[in-house]
Amino acid sequence: MRVDRALILHLAVIALLFAMQYVMSPYHQGNLARILVLATYATGYNILFGYTGLLSLGHALFFAAGMYGAGMTMRYWDFPAIAAFPTGIIAATALAFLIGTLALRTTGVAFMIVTLMFAQAGFLTLLYFNEYTRGDEGFVLPQADRAIGMIDLSADDTRFIAAWVIFSVGLLIALAIVRSKAGRVLIAIRENEERTRMLGFNPFPYKLGAVVVSGAFAGAAGAAYALLFGSVGASFASIQYSIEPLLFVLLGGAGVVLGPLVGSILIFYLIDYAREITTAYLIVVGVALVLLILFARKGVLGSIRRRTDGWLP
Amino acid sequence: MDLGPQLMLASLDGAVGAAVLALTALGLSLVFGVMRVVNVAHGEFFMLGAMIAWFVASNIAGHPAIGFVGALIIAPLLVGAIAASADWLILKRLDYEPEATIVATIGLLYILQQGALVTFGPVAQAVEAPFNHRIEIPWFEGSNVGWGLFTTSYKLFVIAAAITILLAVWLLLSRTKMGLVMRATQLDRETAQAFGIPVEKVYALTFGFGAALAALSAVLIVPIQQADYLMGGDPLLLSFIVVIIGGLGSLRGTLIAALLIGMSDGIISVFFTPTLAKIIATLVVAMVLVFRPQGLFGAKAQ
Repeated sequence: MRVDRALILHLAVIALLFAMQYVMSPYHQGNLARILVLATYATGYNILFGYTGLLSLGHALFFAAGMYGAGMTMRYWDFPAIAAFPTGIIAATALAFLIGTLALRTTGVAFMIVTLMFAQAGFLTLLYFNEYTRGDEGFVLPQADRAIGMIDLSADDTRFIAAWVIFSVGLLIALAIVRSKAGRVLIAIRENEERTRMLGFNPFPYKLGAVVVSGAFAGAAGAAYALLFGSVGASFASIQYSIEPLLFVLLGGAGVVLGPLVGSILIFYLIDYAREITTAYLIVVGVALVLLILFARKGVLGSIRRRTDGWLP
Repeated sequence: MDLGPQLMLASLDGAVGAAVLALTALGLSLVFGVMRVVNVAHGEFFMLGAMIAWFVASNIAGHPAIGFVGALIIAPLLVGAIAASADWLILKRLDYEPEATIVATIGLLYILQQGALVTFGPVAQAVEAPFNHRIEIPWFEGSNVGWGLFTTSYKLFVIAAAITILLAVWLLLSRTKMGLVMRATQLDRETAQAFGIPVEKVYALTFGFGAALAALSAVLIVPIQQADYLMGGDPLLLSFIVVIIGGLGSLRGTLIAALLIGMSDGIISVFFTPTLAKIIATLVVAMVLVFRPQGLFGAKAQ
């Protein structure tokens, strides 16, 4: 990867996040760990929605596939955490490949509904096999199993570092993808699919690639969530978890690599704050979605990028 | 109970479900047909109808029928007004761009749902039926009585009312000036505008009308089912299934599909759990959209 101010900026953000653990209270450190896992999920989603222009309403399916891929193998086959994590990613990636192959036969609104329906079917399947998945109330992974070697992933500071590692790796991969030649084709597809085809690119493999990569990110985040926070349940496959990355990306800035991180932080604390005031705190999600789509399509970083000659990738 | 009587009861319940589903899905289909808007908040308009019905019925003293009639009038009007203003304030400003409107209606879904939680509280509420006579169903096979098969007059009323409303909507669309204007807008928005049809007003009216249909069917079903702020999910999912299987925007397809799915939902539940039935239905819908986007009954896409 070429070293320029964009790369330096991203490395600086990663360093800043690492330094945060020394100035934050344990409560906020726990929050930030959760935010970083969700931001990893949204960073992958951004490659699909922000860069390729495909709006999926079903990525909770891949998040849950990662979560259950890791959680179930640990619960039933006694996989160690180090093996369960990649199993979760593989499960989500394979599922993303399958769903992507089918759903990409459609475009636009139909693509949104097909992904929504597949995710809903997955959510209901988790509930249906409740005997094994404990879908309705969820299950807890025992603290003793949530460790890699001697590293206890459930302790506050190691958990934060684990979340930070996963996010940092994800962010750098995303940066590499969008700055590669394939990344430019993705942007071309978003801007004008027909013209991209005319230039001699077959859009399908690129679009499928974007679905699979975003699915793998979602799976990594889901598996990490299971390992770091110990809870596995069908509610993570519900529509709300498909909407969340969309909201993070829209708020932070679709098509900006750092956008999902900014969006996750803002929404997380906004919901956290609203939860103290009212039981109807999810109204924040609704109001934010409507306001963003009406008045601020570019999101926070998208608006900033416009003022900085667009060097921000 | 033997399978025969059980199936008969199931098809009767299925018919009640199908009647209400047809009304709800018709609203969604109309909005998609005329405006090309996929309204994800449709289930929340259903929920609002039910909650307002409870609110009205519990605040009007006297015979339950008075409260019910009050709800039957107030709920659709109020919900229609809310929807029309949401269209005016939000969807119109988005210029009905398909993907943006979906995101906006998802936002609307959360706003309405959480708004109902604040306004009406989290408790599930029951509404008393205006009349509820027990009607025995004779079952002739072997001994004549003793199956304990019965339905209620209210369930039969729901079916009759839904059919009446569907006929009224059909008459409205095919025989009145308003229907003509709506169909003209559906066929070609630009030409309709060129002929002096106030397209924006037609859109607001259609969006309100679609939501009012959902609210109306909710008022009908709420004496059988309880009302709570999370009830919008199921009608939304089922209406989506119906509208997609029937062919997006095709009203006749919507009706056939509602009948098919409502009835089979009742009957399939005898053999399978409701969850399995829903899994199969959602997968079928996804596959229909992937391999036959015009729906099973719809004409070829334009």
